[in-house]
Amino acid sequence: MEFLSNLISGLSLGAIYALIALGYTMVYGIAKMLNFAHGDVIMIGAFTVLATVATAGFPWYIGIIASVIVCTVLGVTIEKIAYKPLRKANPLSVLITAIGVSYFLQSVALLIFGSGKQSFPTVIKANPIKLGSLIIQGNSVVTLIITTIIMVVLTLFINKTRLGKAMRAVSEDKDAAELMGISVNRTISLTFAIGSALAAVAGIFYGSTYGFVDPYAGAMPGIKAFVAAVFGGIGSIPGAMLGGILLGIIENLSKAYISTDLADAIVFGVLIVVLIVKPTGLLGKKIREKV
Amino acid sequence: MKKILCLAIALLMMVMALASCTGAKNDGKKLVIGATGPLTGDNASYGISVKKGAEIAVKEINAAGGINGITFELMFEDDVCDPTNAVNAYNTLMDKGMQVSLGAVTSGACVALTEEARKDGILMITPSGSQKECTQYDNCFRICFTDPDQGTYAADFISDNNVGKKVAIIYDKSNDYSNGIYTNFVTEAGKKNLEIVTSQSYTNQSNTDFSVQLQAVKESGADLLFLPIYYADAGLILTQAAQKELNVIFFGVDGMDGIIKQMGEDKAALTEGVMLLTPFAADSSDPKVVSFVKVFKETYNNETPDQFAADGYDAIYAIAEALKYTGITDTTVADLNEKMVGAMTNITLEGVTGKMTWSADGEASKSATAVVINNSKYVAYSK
Amino acid sequence: MKFLQKMSKDMKDRLITFGILFGAFLIVEILILTGGASRHLQAMLIPICINMLLAVSLNLTVGFLGELTLGHAGFMSVGAYAGCLFSIYCKDLLPVFIRYPLAMLIGGAVAAVFGILIGIPVLRLKGDYLAIVTLAFGEIIRSVIINLDFLGGAAGLKGTPQDATFISSFAVVVISVLLILNFLNSKSGRAIKSIRDNRIASESCGVQITYYKMLAFVFSAFFAGIAGVIYGHNLNILTADTFDYNKSIEILLIVVLGGMGSIRGSVIAAVIITALPEALRGLDKYRMVIYAVLLIAIMIFNSSEFGKRIREKYDPKKLFAKKNAVKKENADE
Repeated sequence: MEFLSNLISGLSLGAIYALIALGYTMVYGIAKMLNFAHGDVIMIGAFTVLATVATAGFPWYIGIIASVIVCTVLGVTIEKIAYKPLRKANPLSVLITAIGVSYFLQSVALLIFGSGKQSFPTVIKANPIKLGSLIIQGNSVVTLIITTIIMVVLTLFINKTRLGKAMRAVSEDKDAAELMGISVNRTISLTFAIGSALAAVAGIFYGSTYGFVDPYAGAMPGIKAFVAAVFGGIGSIPGAMLGGILLGIIENLSKAYISTDLADAIVFGVLIVVLIVKPTGLLGKKIREKV
Repeated sequence: MKKILCLAIALLMMVMALASCTGAKNDGKKLVIGATGPLTGDNASYGISVKKGAEIAVKEINAAGGINGITFELMFEDDVCDPTNAVNAYNTLMDKGMQVSLGAVTSGACVALTEEARKDGILMITPSGSQKECTQYDNCFRICFTDPDQGTYAADFISDNNVGKKVAIIYDKSNDYSNGIYTNFVTEAGKKNLEIVTSQSYTNQSNTDFSVQLQAVKESGADLLFLPIYYADAGLILTQAAQKELNVIFFGVDGMDGIIKQMGEDKAALTEGVMLLTPFAADSSDPKVVSFVKVFKETYNNETPDQFAADGYDAIYAIAEALKYTGITDTTVADLNEKMVGAMTNITLEGVTGKMTWSADGEASKSATAVVINNSKYVAYSK
Repeated sequence: MKFLQKMSKDMKDRLITFGILFGAFLIVEILILTGGASRHLQAMLIPICINMLLAVSLNLTVGFLGELTLGHAGFMSVGAYAGCLFSIYCKDLLPVFIRYPLAMLIGGAVAAVFGILIGIPVLRLKGDYLAIVTLAFGEIIRSVIINLDFLGGAAGLKGTPQDATFISSFAVVVISVLLILNFLNSKSGRAIKSIRDNRIASESCGVQITYYKMLAFVFSAFFAGIAGVIYGHNLNILTADTFDYNKSIEILLIVVLGGMGSIRGSVIAAVIITALPEALRGLDKYRMVIYAVLLIAIMIFNSSEFGKRIREKYDPKKLFAKKNAVKKENADE
């Protein structure tokens, strides 16, 4: 029973990682950059819900809509101001700029919302499911279902629609895509919009599952999700989902049965082993080198 | 080459900005108090709380005309909870003419500052640096409890009052405050025949998801969960324990103060029956505390002060008491430091965190009382 | 002048680098001796030296080898703990001038050993995968240290003698920069740069890729370890939390800001990144916001098309050239 319970909480944690990792992977796949500020967009999403629901007193669905809108606009704005001028620059310069954006979001949130951990309103009202002494959180079930739906929709979107096709084209070869009449700028903006909207959803689930949010709440999940994305093979959407969920389960089980203090070390250790055996992650594409 | 030039120009401007900030003249009628603490970063809430509490005390003292005609000036610098940053901040403060130091808010940074304070010989009173080494030199004192004391008190209290028999513990392994209390609690519990059924830990990198630890507590059949941690983490544990339908008595220490505010109205029910051992309780009827809480709420947007704010407030009053004892009327005297340090062991402070005296090793002697949360208010514990 | 023209470009480069280093050193020393340096400035000197060392050493892997690593703080922490443990145990046995350099060598050596151990699996990977695995190693080192009681655990390691001085730290920086520059100009250094520019071409020319990659990685770890030892001997407390991935990112930031593959750039950028947050102290709570904005602005200015245009427009060389040309014209008339 204890094992099942730990497994389920691991699944729920993994689903949140997966949601964040989806955003990472999409941006990486198309814009070829590591958006380090992604974790902080999650934090802004959670704070938006807090401000609209707990402070301003709007109903929960308004909070969710507001959060998705704010994050989408924020994501696109960040891309336009900070990343677009650097599109032809060295990838490391973009990475550092992303870190700058991350610092910026954190310190602005600190100025506006204060430093403490703030209690997150109950947005998702789902009753827990009880099977004997096993209690499954309503939250976990909702998170898992929604994440799966999002993954399926995203995969369909990318493989079946024209916009999705454009995204794949940009990801393969920007110049060729441009020549075929695809607006690279618009496609990248769209990617950031989708990624940030996913971050808003992740923020809401994160807040509801753990019951709090603070200006630095996005940093650690952001890093973990980045690890999850690489774990599953960065750039691959089912890979992000698989990586996130596996990471969550490994983390929780090693906490329960090996050591709570070394859980992070174990997670990273597993990642290293996987990458050494399979250097492009679990579901990553093999890149052939051209001479 | 052009880039290098840009960098060099930026550099020159910065060095000039840094070199020019030399100290202001002190006319002897003010005492400059400097403090460092995390005002940004993960631990910002502690630093900001201390700052708010200390500012209120300074305002009150100056409004009353100061001590011996000397007014206080408080300067607070950010150290992001990092020792190197704290040393930089300390030196900035020395440049600005600091005469008494409030040390650092967090332990690690504070230990780094003791070395600097020893070289300068100035009085240093840390409000909340709980590690033993924070008072390792003769000129270093502290307001809060040391970690060992709290662990022992808590174990004694639980066993003497028969609050629980099978004890489970969740503590923060990456935090020395939590670690210290945990170690001493376990030692004392062994002497008092308290049975510790499980000890679970977490670190500051994994302080959001407690499902595994709580599951282990549930399986262990404990009737009391001892939480030697700060209120922010404790809030998460209470929330997640309720989701797991865990039925135990929650028992905290002084870091737990602030839990009612933390949980908000939405989850107020979860704090019912939580017990904590604390020298400061914002709902106390002590007139000193009542007035402190009232002023604090008026100044800071109806916010309730926590343990850290109270420690910051008392630290300033401890300096005031020491200054009063020395009878100094001009702070530019040569032996200000010796006199202030010497005064510390001779004063008694009736502060908001209790009545305190200091021993030569820098420790404050004070006692803690146990309270139970009843209808979102602290009530003194009775069997 | 003729002498200068004869000198190789490389030699000139070196002269400028060391000229800047010693010039800055002289100015600081004069300021200290005349009492013109604030204590704030003096306290920052050793941290600046540490960051210089870290940036120059990371530049070896990121700038010259062309592999992004995010675990540099891990090597720093390993070196710091090894060196500090040695100093604590030998506090009463050896005098400072033997103990401290020995501690540095031990710290550097232990970090280099970790460099080999980590390098073997890691260097098979490429690009972002290599970055994430080094980040993972850094975090593993950190969480293991927190769980080792003989290293002080979470509370930190205390009691290290405070041997670090500005002059000794500066000397270490000069020696290290000299060693690294020599290394880069040697056969090995050229091999490493050739791997960065075209791995396949250099492999087909008979360069042993694995060996040279490892060499650069271990060299870089060694100097990071020394930087860690200086860090540990500057404060009386050493906590593992200092060396998290944020520290690695901060070092990377210095390298990128200074320009990848530019030792001189790393040295100057180290001063800027250490001093910038301190110089912004006056801004109080807006400090970090302004710092972040400045960071983004500098990156955009340095690397974007837009920044390039502005830089070209206000290029001092061109401005001077124009003035000279005008003067010449006037003289001709």
